[in-house]
Amino acid sequence: MKQLTFIILIVCALLMLKAAADLPDWADPASPASTHLSPDFLEQGYVETATPNIVTVVLADYRSYDTMFEAVVVFAAALIVMVILRHTPRKRGKTILYRPKREGRDTILQGAAQLIIPVMQIFALYVVGHGHYSPGGGFQGGVIFGASFILIALCFNLRFAIQRFREQGVLVCVAGGVLLYAAIGAICQVMGYNFLGYTGLASILGASDVMARSYGILAVEVGVGITVMSVMVSLYYDLASSGDLDEGL
Amino acid sequence: MDELFHYIIAKYNYWASLVLLFIGLYGMIAKNNLMKKIIGMVIFQTAILLFFVSIGAKRGASVPIIKFTADKQPLLEATAYANPLPHVLILTAIVVGVATLGVALAILQKIQRVHGTIEEDEILEDQRS
Amino acid sequence: MMDQAPILIIIIPLFAALFLTLVGPLGPRFAYGLLITGLVGSLGCSLLSLGLVLDGNQAVQYRLGDWPPPLGIELVIDHLSGVVLVLIAGCALLTAIYSLRTAEQDNPDRLNHYYALFSLLVTGLLGMAASGDVFNIYVLLEISALSSYGLLARGQGPAYFATFKYLIVGTIGACFYLLGVGYLYIMTGSLNIADMAAILSQPELQESVSVRIGFTLIILGVWIKMALFPLHAWMPNAYSKAGTTTACLIAPLMTKVSVYIMLRMMFTLFSADYVFSAIVWSPYVIYLASAAAVIGMIAALAQRDLRKMLTFIIVAEIGYMTGGAWIATASGFIGATYHILADGLMTLCLFMAVGAIIYRTGETSMAAMRNIFQKMPVTAVIFVIGAASIIGVPPTCGFFSKWYLIQGAAEAEAWVFVAALLIASLVAAIIFFRLLEIAFFGDLDTTGASGDHGHSHQPVATLRAEAPLSMLIPMVITAASVIILGLYTKEVVNYFISWSVPLGI
Repeated sequence: MKQLTFIILIVCALLMLKAAADLPDWADPASPASTHLSPDFLEQGYVETATPNIVTVVLADYRSYDTMFEAVVVFAAALIVMVILRHTPRKRGKTILYRPKREGRDTILQGAAQLIIPVMQIFALYVVGHGHYSPGGGFQGGVIFGASFILIALCFNLRFAIQRFREQGVLVCVAGGVLLYAAIGAICQVMGYNFLGYTGLASILGASDVMARSYGILAVEVGVGITVMSVMVSLYYDLASSGDLDEGL
Repeated sequence: MDELFHYIIAKYNYWASLVLLFIGLYGMIAKNNLMKKIIGMVIFQTAILLFFVSIGAKRGASVPIIKFTADKQPLLEATAYANPLPHVLILTAIVVGVATLGVALAILQKIQRVHGTIEEDEILEDQRS
Repeated sequence: MMDQAPILIIIIPLFAALFLTLVGPLGPRFAYGLLITGLVGSLGCSLLSLGLVLDGNQAVQYRLGDWPPPLGIELVIDHLSGVVLVLIAGCALLTAIYSLRTAEQDNPDRLNHYYALFSLLVTGLLGMAASGDVFNIYVLLEISALSSYGLLARGQGPAYFATFKYLIVGTIGACFYLLGVGYLYIMTGSLNIADMAAILSQPELQESVSVRIGFTLIILGVWIKMALFPLHAWMPNAYSKAGTTTACLIAPLMTKVSVYIMLRMMFTLFSADYVFSAIVWSPYVIYLASAAAVIGMIAALAQRDLRKMLTFIIVAEIGYMTGGAWIATASGFIGATYHILADGLMTLCLFMAVGAIIYRTGETSMAAMRNIFQKMPVTAVIFVIGAASIIGVPPTCGFFSKWYLIQGAAEAEAWVFVAALLIASLVAAIIFFRLLEIAFFGDLDTTGASGDHGHSHQPVATLRAEAPLSMLIPMVITAASVIILGLYTKEVVNYFISWSVPLGI
């Protein structure tokens, strides 16, 4: 059976490798992908949104509907992991420890964590906020922010981290970020534009259409950042302790 | 022979990601250990991400962040910047991959708890008994 | 306000899911009400959109973020997707009403999170049906797939392993689809379906090997997702071990939406010309579909577990729809499309009836059918209506879809497919008559087997224990719509389906 799979896959691989000769060369400026839509994005993107980072513009404005569902995907993942792992009834008498019990305080580890975590969190906010001008944005910033909480859980223990960021709070953040995103879309609808048409925000913010798009992008990036941050934390809480939220790794 | 060299050099992004893709696919189908299946899944998804992001490259272009000339005017020439769309698409696909990985790991923990093993043949035996 | 209806179809269940996550302390009744409210809103908006489509007799487009289509994402609702949207929202609403008792039974804790996943799954399916962008379809495909993993994993112990297999196979399917989209993006540079279709109709791309690989990968990915015959192995285990509500929601809808995506990809993204002339393998697909129909039904005959049997029937029904889509005649296309509606309703009808029987008797094997007409007369009648539709008895919609399929196959002279349809119907008749026999006369084998347990089945059997009202009402509505859809076949085909028959077949 294994050999058969192997042979079939090899045959498919050879066929597809041979057919790949038909595709345009690497980095060919004349390939359809580089000539059909991308020039429009590159030439109009800045003019219409006053945001130099075109990846952010396409992500959070032209294709913001996709990005909203991307945030919904991580929201769903956090919800599913919680639903799968957290509903176990506490029948087992002894708690399973996932690491050897340590005696005393890890002074160096915890001291270093105390030094680095505030810097990490500030940097995460910078990455979210500076996504308009440099590589960055809600996802990247959110992941960095979430990592700071995971670092707390790793250097101290899971209980210590949960005391600082409770499970209920995590859940509110997970749903709240997506809610912020979708609510901005809905506000645009109320103002008489289509869903996620950020020009609808212009009259509320008192800004021009172009600047309204720029602010709209920032607002949805913040929503994405909140969701991604709390989803990372939520996934870590549940996976590291098999859903018991006790000792952790 | 020239054609082959041209293929290897000019289209290396495609064959490299296709080779990775089939390695991942083989792992997903043929491996007995469920954790190895998950690892295969991650390789498989990463191969597709590489395939996608390689479309965005453009010779003589820089990152798609608008540059400004000395007198603060934006430089709006499409040939100067790489294609932004594949970057956006893979950003979405990465997130989907992470979400799938998280769910897979959660289910795996449950399987381990219910069956006491993560080897496929042992689980099947456990189910039969 | 009317022009906002297309997006509201998708956004209302999404908001419902978000609020459902947060309302845990307010109790299960509140969560139930919120879910129902969301789905009623969604159904209302999909009916409105369908009305808009019928008004102008043309597709309704909705630009997200006010960006013009090839740059931004658009929703496209035409006759086909409008009908599918109404079907999805309607089936989901009926299942939600039905879930009052069973969902609480299956999920004593975290009912609101279960309902949130329910709502997310519906969001994904509705979004897929309404979307006009290939990459957007991928994202929504993953949302519906992920939430279905979560829902299915809520079953009992073995459900985890079955769900894991489903996850692996489902990921392969979705990734194939994504890779196919990548190939097409390289060749066309666009992601909007209408724009890509215009570019793909150029003669040099019709010949291109890469486009052909892209098409193959997309179709293969969709086939894995919809469990076409050789790729169906993941489905029966995953669906039969799920909770009752989960099975009622996922079994009728997931595969049907995948069939819809297949039709979209074949005839809107590519064209009938391309699929049937440029691609050489369309005749083989008909053999595959015929094999799926016959083998699925025969496998169903071999099952003793009621829900597993129904799942194998779905495998056969997928064969009908695939065959209908690939025989390249207008009647075949109408049959396949009409069968999406018919099969959605009749599968829902059967799964609900079986769910109610399991809820009352606590048994999942065929023995649960014993004396069912005395115990649960209404449920039994509903089960018979669903069964009649699967077999293809005239006033039900199952008859008319098969009629169109056979007509189409005969026009295309695909006699293998005609034979497969007839054999599958015959086997379906055997399956359900055997069940009816158990219902009236009892099954000798299982009576002997359960006799060991010492159950005194005689006094229990005569007791009347009809399903609760919250289950009966949606079941009666579903059964009625199975018959009504059958009676108004001509109207449904003329007003909705014939508009979407692709050019060139």
